[in-house]
Amino acid sequence: MDRFLETFFNATVMARYLPDILHGVGVTVLLAVAIILAGVAAGLVLACLRTARLRWLNFLIICYADVGRALPPLVVILLFYFGLPNIGITLSGPMVLFVVLSATLAAFAEEIFWAGFTSLPRGQWEAGRATGLGSLQVLVWIALPQAVRLAVPPLVNRALAITKMTALGSVIGVSEILSAATTAQSFSGSASPLTLGALAYLAIFVPFVIFARWLESRFAWKKA
Amino acid sequence: MSDRPMLEIAALQKRFGETEVLRDINLRVGQGELVFVIGPSGSGKSTMLRCCNRLEEPSGGAIMIDGRNICAGTTRDLNRMRLQVGMVFQGFNLYPHLSVLKNITLAQRKALKRDRAEAEAKAMEMLGRVGLAHKAQAWPAELSGGQQQRVAIARALALDPKVMLFDEPTSALDPELVGSVLKVMKDLRDEGMTMLVVSHEMGFAREAADRVVFMDGGVVVEEGTPEEVFGAPKTERARAFLSRVS
Ligand SMILES: Nc1ncnc2c1ncn2[C@@H]1O[C@H](COP(=O)(O)OP(=O)(O)OP(=O)(O)O)[C@@H](O)[C@H]1O
Ligand SMILES: [Mg+2]
Repeated sequence: MDRFLETFFNATVMARYLPDILHGVGVTVLLAVAIILAGVAAGLVLACLRTARLRWLNFLIICYADVGRALPPLVVILLFYFGLPNIGITLSGPMVLFVVLSATLAAFAEEIFWAGFTSLPRGQWEAGRATGLGSLQVLVWIALPQAVRLAVPPLVNRALAITKMTALGSVIGVSEILSAATTAQSFSGSASPLTLGALAYLAIFVPFVIFARWLESRFAWKKA
Repeated sequence: MSDRPMLEIAALQKRFGETEVLRDINLRVGQGELVFVIGPSGSGKSTMLRCCNRLEEPSGGAIMIDGRNICAGTTRDLNRMRLQVGMVFQGFNLYPHLSVLKNITLAQRKALKRDRAEAEAKAMEMLGRVGLAHKAQAWPAELSGGQQQRVAIARALALDPKVMLFDEPTSALDPELVGSVLKVMKDLRDEGMTMLVVSHEMGFAREAADRVVFMDGGVVVEEGTPEEVFGAPKTERARAFLSRVS
């Protein structure tokens, strides 16, 4: 038991590396917020564009969504971080992480919003059009509010899954939580910083999950 | 009833790919007239109605509303034209995320650009007409089918249309709720609204229709007063259809 505590909950080691981990928390939260905002916004724009049903544009959007959902983000992160400098584009680690993860989230978000749009009965669009609203007005005032409500639960799950992937930043030297924890672990020879890291993730994502539940209950409305 | 037709359908054709759904429809609905359309399933009744506000694009022919061809013109003309043609659907199509009041003010505000107070006053007036003023703050899902359909009628009327199109407005309703919707339609007719109604409510047609049109296979087979069409149908097809439904 002592050995267990010594390995995972060594107070001295924890105290020593707490500032590093806290700094990692700041980086992770910042990245997570930026990824969610950019990814969801981009996905929403793509799904809205897709409702215009322009053939070539839709083909491109579908390609993007399929590729973005199929590729493991780690592969793309490594490709961007180590490959792009060879053609003269050097992005910082956090930037690569942000770009790749928000682009991945955008691909999923586009499909989720699109599913929301297509699950609306055709009569909703027709009722709007028949009352003299333009297609953009129907989109904004009738389709979007309903599609967003349908999209919230799957979107929250996906946003959680993808923001947790900020841990991948540890392979390209982004000083987020996991990176700070593994560095501390190798210096101290103790697993305690990793425990601290795990606790830090819980501290960030449990409130997120609770917030998500609240959002879902708020967005549910009485169904016909 | 004046001579000038409020709605005139001339040589209307509609194809979906290879299938010819409307062949050559000619129909005039005078100002304040209620024309009642019957016909077997698949005869093109809904398609004809939907062409009248271009939810379906006609393949040929012309449709005139108050003397203006609605098939010509820009997108803006199209949206303006649709304000003049109210449509009531079989499935109500209320917006579930908006209250009854907001359902009725949305197009008034965004398409007609009325301000909030004016739109809400108009909405309350229309809700009063359909007997649902007390439901302004309710959600669509809290209403019965008959109430939802009356809200849908109020939503269309709030835009001051010149013509109202009804596509089987009572077909999705429980029998005991049909009457309330038909009463609203009858009142509307008595107030002089021009109406084109697709329905199976023959009793309503006898009571309220100026003319009955029988469609089959994408053409108007027979038309006349309710007494003529129901009492002594001239064509074999109309006779067969009427003996089946009544
Ligand atoms: N979007 C479409 N694409 C292809 N065919 C269509 C489309 N809409 C309607 N049709 C066809 O056109 C024909 C007429 O349909 P329509 O809905 O106008 O008939 P209806 O007289 O309203 O019938 P019902 O009494 O069943 O409502 C049908 O054969 C239908 O299959
Ligand atoms: Mg029909």
